[in-house]
Amino acid sequence: MQATSSVRESLITGGKTVRDVSEDISRHVENKPTGSWWIAMGISLILFLFGFYCLATLLWEGIGVWGLNKTVGWAWDITNFVWWVGIGHAGTLISAILLLFRQKWRMSINRAAEAMTIFAVICAATFPLAHMGRLWLGFYWALPLPNTWGSLWANFNSPLLWDVFAISTYFTVSLVFWYIGLIPDFAVIRDRATRMGNKTRAAIYNALSFGWDGAAKTWMRYESVALILAGLSTPLVLSVHTIVSFDFATSVVPGWHTTIFPPYFVAGAIFSGFAMVLTLLIVTRKVFKLEDYITIYHIELMNIVIIITGSIVGIAYITEFFVAWYGMVPAEFYAFYNRATGPYWWAYWSMMTCNVISPQLFWFKKLRTNIAATFVLSIIVNIGMWFERFVIIVTSIHRDYLPSSWSMFYPTMYDLGEYIFTFGLFFTAFFLFAKFFPVINMAEVKSIIKSSSEKKH
Amino acid sequence: MSSTSEKFLVGIFDDEDILLHGVEGIRGKGVKIHEVYTPFPVHGLDEALGYKRSRLPIAAFLFGLTGTSLALTMQIWMLGFDWPMIIGGKNFISLPPFIPVTFELTVLLAALGMVATFFIVSDMKPYKTPRSYDIRSTDDKHVMAIDLAVNKLSKEEISQILKANGASEVNEKNF
Repeated sequence: MQATSSVRESLITGGKTVRDVSEDISRHVENKPTGSWWIAMGISLILFLFGFYCLATLLWEGIGVWGLNKTVGWAWDITNFVWWVGIGHAGTLISAILLLFRQKWRMSINRAAEAMTIFAVICAATFPLAHMGRLWLGFYWALPLPNTWGSLWANFNSPLLWDVFAISTYFTVSLVFWYIGLIPDFAVIRDRATRMGNKTRAAIYNALSFGWDGAAKTWMRYESVALILAGLSTPLVLSVHTIVSFDFATSVVPGWHTTIFPPYFVAGAIFSGFAMVLTLLIVTRKVFKLEDYITIYHIELMNIVIIITGSIVGIAYITEFFVAWYGMVPAEFYAFYNRATGPYWWAYWSMMTCNVISPQLFWFKKLRTNIAATFVLSIIVNIGMWFERFVIIVTSIHRDYLPSSWSMFYPTMYDLGEYIFTFGLFFTAFFLFAKFFPVINMAEVKSIIKSSSEKKH
Repeated sequence: MSSTSEKFLVGIFDDEDILLHGVEGIRGKGVKIHEVYTPFPVHGLDEALGYKRSRLPIAAFLFGLTGTSLALTMQIWMLGFDWPMIIGGKNFISLPPFIPVTFELTVLLAALGMVATFFIVSDMKPYKTPRSYDIRSTDDKHVMAIDLAVNKLSKEEISQILKANGASEVNEKNF
């Protein structure tokens, strides 16, 4: 079944053979880490340690160390939580939804994107846990466990509890999906280590590969598992940010009480997730010299997803404003008017510029196939998406119904420190992944070498 | 497994299309193939080898159903019977707010149950060392193992058939 399409561009360039795939992708796992890896890892660890100090202070002193006040009871914590969960949407979207749509371009990017998802969800989870103050009691507050108050069970009518189930299910299923994909590739490294005579590495990767042998029967079951997991993950991806949006949408706070939140949040999540995938992959392909596997064509396709989701987000912003005016509820209208012209106008207009205007630049083919432009824009998109959550959360509550309770939110070092903590955690985890795990799904890429690889001329 | 040695003939194929045609040809000659080991999933290989479709989707469905009923039972019993609470004057048992948790637990149990089943039926676990017929089978070669004990044809005859059907090498492997 050798089919070469003349319409689509090659997904793998450089005339690679199946052999080259094992060689190119396993190399960085087998070689000693480079100097730049140690520097990157060192910076991440410093961020992590500083953040850990702030987190420890928070646990010791209580959440009073944050800049929250009576009016603004939710600020950076939930902003960062939603931001990280949003970033965590790209991985499973790429591996699940694109698998169902038979998009072969997912194969070079799904491994790293899924890893990013898992680490982003861990980072997200630290914020609600920290906000509990006494997080060792969190299990009793967040899960329906028997307790000494009755048992007084958790409230299943609360979107916050739905969130606990949604995020933990999403994390578990994404982790399982990712690991299933890694098993055949761990076996590649195991067998290469055996041939090179590296017994320690062979033993470690043998344990990780669960005794994978690549039998036709196992592959058949494996593909069946992957397809069903993709089918299960597809509604799961959509459900997670829908439920996160319910945290706001089911309340009666003007600015939050909006029925368009679920699709608007899901589009925003995919938007920021793809931006983060681009930020990470542009660096990874350069450092590990994977330009033949993650091509300009892959980057262009991801940029197209960014245009689409960015436009959906833009339309959602405008719709919200229109409905606030058309609905003729003064409190609702004021919440939006205050967003654009009140004391947080700069946050609102940063969000509009970064999220609505900047992705439109990708309509130009020159820009969406330009690595430097993509890298800069991918970071701008995530800055914009952080401001989006900040704007939705803080501007909606900082001017309460009574002007006597109007207030501003000023972050403290500990607000900032917790955010830095998650950056440290995220990048430490990602660099460890990039060093010790194959960053591209070798088995999947090998299966498309014949059909989608550029031939040697 | 008995401790007496098992004799296998191992055919190496360089290309998945040659392998697919080879499997048909080799089976057509009446040779029983023990298993084929490939570095990546080869589409159509399971049919060529005569494998039946996996029943893992059924397992996933049953686990999912377990999740659905578990979640609904839990929520209805906890909030409806064990400790009913008045929350905004709503019914103790109302289906819509129970849907998110029910959905999540359905997905969770379906996914975990199916993957656990997959590991059990495929006998996959950490610290299991697989039997390797040819170590290149995870790199770039497709490896066909033929158990000589279950085949009536002689070693030489099978070797001839393998070569005639595209095998680039034929080796012997004893365990």
